[in-house]
Amino acid sequence: MIRGMEGTKSLLRSMWMVFMHSFHKRETVLYPEEKPKLPARWRGRIVLTRDPDGQERCVACYLCSSACPVGCIALQATEDETGRRYPEFFRINFSRCIFCGMCEEACPTNSIQLTPDFEMSEYNRQDLVYEKEHLLINGVGKYHDYNFYRVAGLAIGGKGKGEAENESPPEDVKGLSL
Amino acid sequence: MSGILWHLANVAGILGVLLTLAGGLIMVERRLLALWQDRYGPNRVGPFGLLQVAADMIKIFTKEDWTPPFADKPVFIIAPCIIMATVLMSFAVIPFGPTVGVADLDIGLLFFLGMSSLGVYSVALAGWASNNKYALLGGLRATAQMLSYEVFMALSLMGVVMLAGSFNLRTIVNAQQHLWFCVPQFLGLVVFTVAGIAETHRVPFDLPEAESELVAGFHSEYSGMKFGMFFVGEYLGITLISALIVTLFFGGWYGPFLPPLLWFALKTAVLICGFVLLRASMPRLRYDQLMSFGWKIMLPTALLNLLITGAVVVARHAS
Repeated sequence: MIRGMEGTKSLLRSMWMVFMHSFHKRETVLYPEEKPKLPARWRGRIVLTRDPDGQERCVACYLCSSACPVGCIALQATEDETGRRYPEFFRINFSRCIFCGMCEEACPTNSIQLTPDFEMSEYNRQDLVYEKEHLLINGVGKYHDYNFYRVAGLAIGGKGKGEAENESPPEDVKGLSL
Repeated sequence: MSGILWHLANVAGILGVLLTLAGGLIMVERRLLALWQDRYGPNRVGPFGLLQVAADMIKIFTKEDWTPPFADKPVFIIAPCIIMATVLMSFAVIPFGPTVGVADLDIGLLFFLGMSSLGVYSVALAGWASNNKYALLGGLRATAQMLSYEVFMALSLMGVVMLAGSFNLRTIVNAQQHLWFCVPQFLGLVVFTVAGIAETHRVPFDLPEAESELVAGFHSEYSGMKFGMFFVGEYLGITLISALIVTLFFGGWYGPFLPPLLWFALKTAVLICGFVLLRASMPRLRYDQLMSFGWKIMLPTALLNLLITGAVVVARHAS
């Protein structure tokens, strides 16, 4: 009898509590009209950035494509007349991509970056394969002043040995100074 | 002549309203469940998602109406018709307003009980004809459940009959002009509500169609409009039980200010929302709990109610 009373009480109590949810705020985000709040480091659509001088940052080192766990990045390296490496083509298959951000972590030149954009649905699966012209943006992305060739010691078109930032001129090992 | 026309208008109007309501209730239930789970539910098709009903209708009518080759065909097809027919027939005796209602039977209450007994055939035959072990188990459960809950469903109503002195639903409503029967017949109301939920096999008594253990119970093998008829039958059943509770315990169409028909609709709507609230907040019982609850608690309560009411009526007559 007492158990029955307690059971009835708890049933009525849970019904009351569920009913009070009529006055709670709804959790649903009505998506197309109302955009969700994304965290600052959201990993979305992948872009290739340029350095502050407007040159491509990518040096086609293949680290991103080998770091990619699903193998959705394909590229081919080539060189211009000054010896600067760049990708001849750069292709990301976004129907495979899992947006893990491994490519961004592997990139030595801060070229490949993930952006907080997730609205990239397509009706045709082929349209999810992005070529370099779709990936490359006219901006520096998250790193505003970084220019790989300006800090690297490599001699390249217009910049000789020892002219990089924080770099002293090369030592003449056969010289007599010291 | 105008009497016949009035009758025909009555029948057509009630049928039309009920069938529309059964479709609309699907959407109402989804929106209400969503409200109580802090979601929105279907709100995209048309204003407030109202056209979702139309979309559901189009979908279920254009679905392939498939009869499995291993099923017992005639029985398989007739089973969903039975539940629709019996529930719709039961509505014939319900007095919606002082002048609205199809039939004014002197044995109205007995007619309803008879129809709900016939409804058991629907689930039993559906489970049997499907030739599927889950469907059969669901059918068995449904049959046992509906048969046992019917016993005290009828008994719980006898108190109302004693007070009103009639099986005629219109007379019962008129007897509640001054005091609704939910006060003197509170036990009867509780027992009848529980039995009604079990009769329509809704949560927490939805064991015959427990999707987590029996796939979908007796209607596992049904698709297309045949499944739709079970579905509509269930929602019509909820409406029927709510309308009956209103008629028997909450004074039917009586109420101040508003027109009688509106009062009836309002009270019924509140009770239907109550059914949905139950679904939103209750877990599903175990089958042995369901059975022992019915026979060990509800049946004695109904008998007790009968005894007390009988004693009071006799004492009042004597004095």
